[in-house]
Formats: sequence, structure tokens, C-alpha cells
Amino acid sequence: MPAGFTAADFYYLLPELLLTGGALLVLVVDLLFPRREEATLGMTLLTLAVTGAAVVGFTGVDTTISAGLLAVDGFATFFKVIVIVSALLTVLMSPSYLRVEAVRAGEYYFLILCATLGMLFMASGIDLITLFIGLETMAISFYILAGYLKPNQRSNEASVKYFLLGAFSLGILLYGMSLFYGATGTTSLGGMAEALAGGERSLMLSLALVLLVAGMGFKIAAVPFHMWAPDVYEGAPTPVTAYLSVGSKAASFAMILRIFIEGLPSLVADWQLLFWVLAAVTMTVGNIAAITQSNIKRMLAYSSIAHAGYILIGVVAATERGVAAALVYLWVYVFMQLGAFAVVAMLRRQDVIGDELKDLSGLYLRKPFAAVAMLIFMLSLGGIPPTAGFMGKLWLFGAAIESGFVWLAVIFVVNSVISLYYYYRVIVFMWLKDETAGSDIVISPAMATALVIAVVGSLLFGVYPQVLFDHAQIAADMFGSAVSTAALR
Amino acid sequence: MLEITPLHYSLLSAALFMIGVIGVLVRRNVIIIFMSIELILNAVNINLIALSDQLQDLAGQVFVVFVIAVAAAEAAVGLGIIIAFYRNKETVNIDEIQIMRW
Repeated sequence: MPAGFTAADFYYLLPELLLTGGALLVLVVDLLFPRREEATLGMTLLTLAVTGAAVVGFTGVDTTISAGLLAVDGFATFFKVIVIVSALLTVLMSPSYLRVEAVRAGEYYFLILCATLGMLFMASGIDLITLFIGLETMAISFYILAGYLKPNQRSNEASVKYFLLGAFSLGILLYGMSLFYGATGTTSLGGMAEALAGGERSLMLSLALVLLVAGMGFKIAAVPFHMWAPDVYEGAPTPVTAYLSVGSKAASFAMILRIFIEGLPSLVADWQLLFWVLAAVTMTVGNIAAITQSNIKRMLAYSSIAHAGYILIGVVAATERGVAAALVYLWVYVFMQLGAFAVVAMLRRQDVIGDELKDLSGLYLRKPFAAVAMLIFMLSLGGIPPTAGFMGKLWLFGAAIESGFVWLAVIFVVNSVISLYYYYRVIVFMWLKDETAGSDIVISPAMATALVIAVVGSLLFGVYPQVLFDHAQIAADMFGSAVSTAALR
Repeated sequence: MLEITPLHYSLLSAALFMIGVIGVLVRRNVIIIFMSIELILNAVNINLIALSDQLQDLAGQVFVVFVIAVAAAEAAVGLGIIIAFYRNKETVNIDEIQIMRW
């Protein structure tokens, strides 16, 4: 393996470099204009826009850089766009929330950008070491962000729980990685696939696989590794919860797809079985637990657990179609989930915490626009046409059937029906219940922008999904060779 | 005289890993849970070094340097979080972390 960096490496690292520079500039701007929150907000948005432009500029590129540590390909670009769009929406819904909570904005935006940086590396890493560094850059930023409201006990608790369980799962994941290194003699995913191509098995390999699945299961909050998610989602500041449930989940799925499909195609039968069970249990437990919740953030947490189960179907299918379906679903999930959290963040006022279901009562009379937006997000999460969520579910269903996982598809459909119950409950509260007390709800311009983007995204990809399908197909194509060799076995 | 081979180090690492996992599961003090997690990370390090020696490959040792760096960053952030928690609750017992239950 040739060592050292070349000038080309820096060229292809442009998005990451721009993001790092921008994040540091946010701190400087915050220092220079401590009372001007618009300045830090503007700098953050500019950084994300420039990074996004650089990422999109690499569309169609397919190369590995930094001596085989990172890949710049369609798959990485797809996930980078997902991550940057969700960061953008998160930042847009933050200013009014931060103002109500009366916390400083500078470090907050810096940490959001750091988490985004980690996610970019998770999307493009093709070596266990790079993936691990990306994962930790993201996770450590989130530990701090979850506890950002220091005097708030719920935020404290969320932070402590997320930190302890996150670090514990990291230890398990790393032990699995070290065993894989022992079994294959390399940390590069391509090298691992080659070393295991003979199809040999050992106790060490099985143990490594189980530990790796468990470690990644923690990160995507798959049942039975989900215990942290509801508490952390409930306690963390709402925009952070939103980013945690979308950005971190998307990046973790990128890592799962990379490791298992690109690095371990010869073990496909083993991890397919593990993920099959995880997917079935995750959607069922997530949906049933969501029904009993009275707190919206907690309900959305369980719903997000269920959605992780849905997306796992794409991983189980382990075909190009399955990967494309997972990508499509993660993309539409960005808009519906972040939109729902934006409405919850909007409900936070001086005198109302706004995370109980009853706080939504009579929203249609107070803010018709927000209520209609929330209606669209709920229908999309439930998978009702013509929303984007329906298209995502359709593709996952097709992928499961195509790969012969009929029972998984049946469990999937039954779960989608169960989930409608608690999504409709939100709608009932907004339309049919009387208004509750509390000061006026104010929709700031930034929040309105976030809601409009989320609504447009939730509808556009439901009515006109072809663009998205094409892009997801191109992104999934890179797995073509790895998957077909696995399928032959 | 028994020769100490990389396998022995791997066994040591497996034992440390188990001690760490059990520590996380049974102890109630947040600081001790955190120490158990550090024990797991060090088990990983020992394993990586032993395997690196056995395979005569440097990547494992590079991995260890990164794990140590990340563990240091995690310790800094984690202890900060625990201090913020202690200031509010005046305890570091995990059983007191119970505002949110379903």
C-alpha cells in the first residue's frame, strides 16, 4: 500500500476541509460578535452551503484517496448530501429554540458542524480505522449537544445515558473490529473481503460478527440495543434530538452498508440472519411501544426505532435493489422526521415545554400552516400516498419480495398499519381537541424556511420520485460486484 | 519454561473485556462504570497489539494510537458531563438517573 498524501487527496477532501475551516470560523465569529447571534447563524449556514456545493461537485466521481482510507464515490456523495441537508434543516430550526432556552449559540453551531464532519467521514470511510474515527467525531459532539442545557436535569440525564451507553457500545464495536483484524490481517474493507473470499469460518469470526452487529445496533437504536434512545431523545434539546434521529442514523446506516456489504460479502448468510431478526423485532417493539406514549418526543423516538427496523430490510435484502431502497428511505426520512421535530421545537415557548401530545391541541386553529405541515409529516411517516414516505416503503417492500424475504415483508406491512394508529392520534389532537393555555406560538423566518423545505421534500419525492430512484440506483451500483459474488455462493 | 505468545495476550484481553462488560452491567456508580468502559477499551488495545505482533503488520498498532486518542477525548467530555450531572443531582449513583421512564 503506497503511503503518504498527494495533492489529489486534498482536492478530493475539499468538502471535509471546507467544513472544518467553516466550523473554526464559526467559533471566531462568535468570539468577535458575542451578541450577534445572526452572525454565527449566517456563518454556519454559509459553511453548510459551501460544503454541500463541494460535495455535489464530486457527483459521478469514483475513486479512493489517502492510500485507500477513504472513497469518493456515488454512495459516499449520496450520504453526504443527506447529512448536509439534515444539518441545514437542524440549524434552521435551532435559533428560536436556543433563544427560549437562553443558551449560547456559538459552541452549539460549532458542535453541530463537528458532528456533521464525523458523518462525512463515516459516509466515505472504507477502512475500519477511518470509520471508527468518523463515528467518534460524531458521537462525542452528540454527547455534549445532548447535555447542552446544563441547568436542565432532563438534558443532564440524557447526556449521561447517551455517553455511558455510547462509550460502552463503542467498546463492543471496537473489540469486534480487533477480532476482524486478527482474522483477516487487515483493516481495509476491500482487503477483508479478499481475505475472507475463501469462505473459511472460525469461532473468532463468528464472535467478531456478533460483536460488530451489536455495536452497530446500538448506534442505529435497533431493539434490543435501543434502551438509550427514548430517554436521550426526550431529554436532549429538540433540534439536537432531530439531528440525532436523522443524521446519526443515516451515517450509521452508511457505515453498516459499507462494512457488511463491501467488507464481509462472504459472510452474507450469517449477517443476513442476524439482521433479519433485528429488523423484525425492532419494527414490532418500536411500533407497539410508540402507541402508549403521551410525550411527542418519546413517541417520535419509538417511531424512529421502528423506522430503523424498516431500513434494516434494505440491509437484509443485500442486493443492489435493497441498498437502493435503504438509500431512498433514508432520504425521504430526512424530510418527514426533521419536519415533525421542527413542529415540536416550534411549540417550545417561554411558559410551555411543548413536548407533550396535549400541547398540540387545537394547533389547527392557532397556526393552520404548522398543523397542515405536521399532517403531511405524519402521513408521510405512516406511508400514505402521495407522500414521500409511501414511495420509500414501496421500494423497501419490493426489495424484500425480490430477495425472497416474504415473511419479513409481511411483518413490515403489519407494522406499517400499527404505526398509523399513533400518527393519526397526533392529527386528532391538532384538529379535534380544544386549544390549551399558553402564550402565542411564534414561527420565526428560519423555522418557516425549515418547515417549507421539509413539506416540499415530503411531497415532491412522493409525486415525482424518479429523480431520487435514479440517484439511489447509481449510488447503489458500486456495490454491484461485491453483492453478486456473495449471491453466487 | 512456558513461552508467552501473542495468544496469551489475546486471552488476557478477552478476560479484561469480560471484566469490563460485567463491571458496566453490575456497578451502580457512574465513575466506576466509566472506568469499566476504559477497561474494555484497553482490552481492545492489548488485543490489537498482540494481533499486530502475531501478523507482523503495523495497521493494528496504528489503530491503537487512534483508540488511545479517542479514549482521552471521551474521558475529557465524559467527566465534564458527569460533573454537570453531579452539580444538579449531588449524586453519581446510576439508580438516581430516573426522571425519564416509560
